[in-house]
Amino acid sequence: MSTFWSLWIIVLTVTNLVLLLWLLLVNRRREVKGPDTGETKTTGHEYDGIEEYDNPLPRWWFYGFLASFVFTAFYLYAYPGLGNWKGAKWDEYQDSWTSVNELRYDQQQAEELYQQTYGAFGKMPITELANKPDAMRIAQTLFMDNCALCHGADAGGNPGFPSLVDKDWLYGGTPEKILETITHGRKAAMPAWGSLIGEESVANVAEYVLGLSGAEHDKTKAELGQKVFSANCVACHGADGKGNQQMGAPNLTDNIWLYGKKPEEIRYTIRQGRNGVMPAQIENLKADKIHLLAAYVYSLSLE
Amino acid sequence: MKGHDLVEKNIGLMTVLVVVAISFGGLVEIVPQFFLKETTTPIEGLKPLNALQLEGRDIYIREGCHTCHTQMIRPLRAEVERYGHYSVAGESVYEHPFLWGSKRTGPDLARVGGRYSDDWHKAHLYDPRVVVPDSIMPAYPQLFDNKLDGKHTADKMRALASVGVPYTEEDFAGAEKAVKGVTEIDALVAYLQNLGLLLKEKR
Repeated sequence: MSTFWSLWIIVLTVTNLVLLLWLLLVNRRREVKGPDTGETKTTGHEYDGIEEYDNPLPRWWFYGFLASFVFTAFYLYAYPGLGNWKGAKWDEYQDSWTSVNELRYDQQQAEELYQQTYGAFGKMPITELANKPDAMRIAQTLFMDNCALCHGADAGGNPGFPSLVDKDWLYGGTPEKILETITHGRKAAMPAWGSLIGEESVANVAEYVLGLSGAEHDKTKAELGQKVFSANCVACHGADGKGNQQMGAPNLTDNIWLYGKKPEEIRYTIRQGRNGVMPAQIENLKADKIHLLAAYVYSLSLE
Repeated sequence: MKGHDLVEKNIGLMTVLVVVAISFGGLVEIVPQFFLKETTTPIEGLKPLNALQLEGRDIYIREGCHTCHTQMIRPLRAEVERYGHYSVAGESVYEHPFLWGSKRTGPDLARVGGRYSDDWHKAHLYDPRVVVPDSIMPAYPQLFDNKLDGKHTADKMRALASVGVPYTEEDFAGAEKAVKGVTEIDALVAYLQNLGLLLKEKR
């Protein structure tokens, strides 16, 4: 804050306080008037026969005012309020009190507490952590707070958001891969094929894809679809349709459907493409918690 | 005291003195804010919302999102833990009006950008119960049908420019084209995904 505005604030604040104190003292009355004291002088105004004595403030009230001035003096000394005055130095913060210093202090305290729990977990390998019930209890809470919104409270997934309990992994189910997925996120890139292969081929490929999972399908259309599939889809999904975890291309033969298994849903997927996004968590959660969460997700696949 | 009676019996004089007394507060607490560089300088990298995000923001206001969601993370540990870096004044210098709010029925949205995928936002806005079973948020399926015409987008930008948001002639010229025919949901999601991205340090 520039010196001008600092002085502006200080001068106005102090002037205001001095004026208030002056008002309080200069209007002070001591003598009590009323029928009991024999004197019956009133303020002079009268309404419906009601008159008003001109009496002093109740004493507790007057001293209350004075106390608030004492408090103000303490407050303006202890906290940053008067322009550039930073306030007294507080022991905890090794600095003046500000909401940001208080936050830093709280975070430090919490960090120490965290280190007693997460700190040890962070150094344990994920495979070991996955079998530790107390670690998994904490991890489950983290999962509920951060992951359940998409993957569901039971980790069973939602349409468009993969299930984490079905042992079918889009990007790999090893501890390292899970850690990578949570840390940096994932971005699926299934292009829209509708305008490239035409609506008829979309329908044919859909029948072929249904057949890959052994579902009921139209055999003639599927045969036609297979040709289109071999020309376009195998690069990611593989010649056998078993997918490719390097690219996050799902296995099409396991009868697990991220975007639904109705023919029209499959056709939509082929026509419009799918670009599922797993947001990176590194900035939200930091490494230790991600490590713990990776162990939790890994543990789900052990059951 | 005589002077005191004078004030009490003269309502005009009393009004003037009351205004003088109250103005001390405003002069000390409000006036300096307009001139301090902490409150008037945009943080590094802050850009005005693009045409689509701007329309999204107006939908956010129209649907009353700000009545349940704040955009103001206070510097308290629990909030920083949950939402990320506390909000700073420099993030809001292009906000007219700001949407900080003080009443949270739903969570704060100041840093919701990038937190969830676009697909999640769409599923959630179509029907919040799909992804959050015990949510009490209303559903907004109409946003998927309504399309923007962009007729007034440039005017909105001009209005913002007149109060200091650095839009350029190029922005005005391209505004209508950028939003015409886009569904409202896409605009709203574009706005949400842009919220609070600049301050990266979350813990």
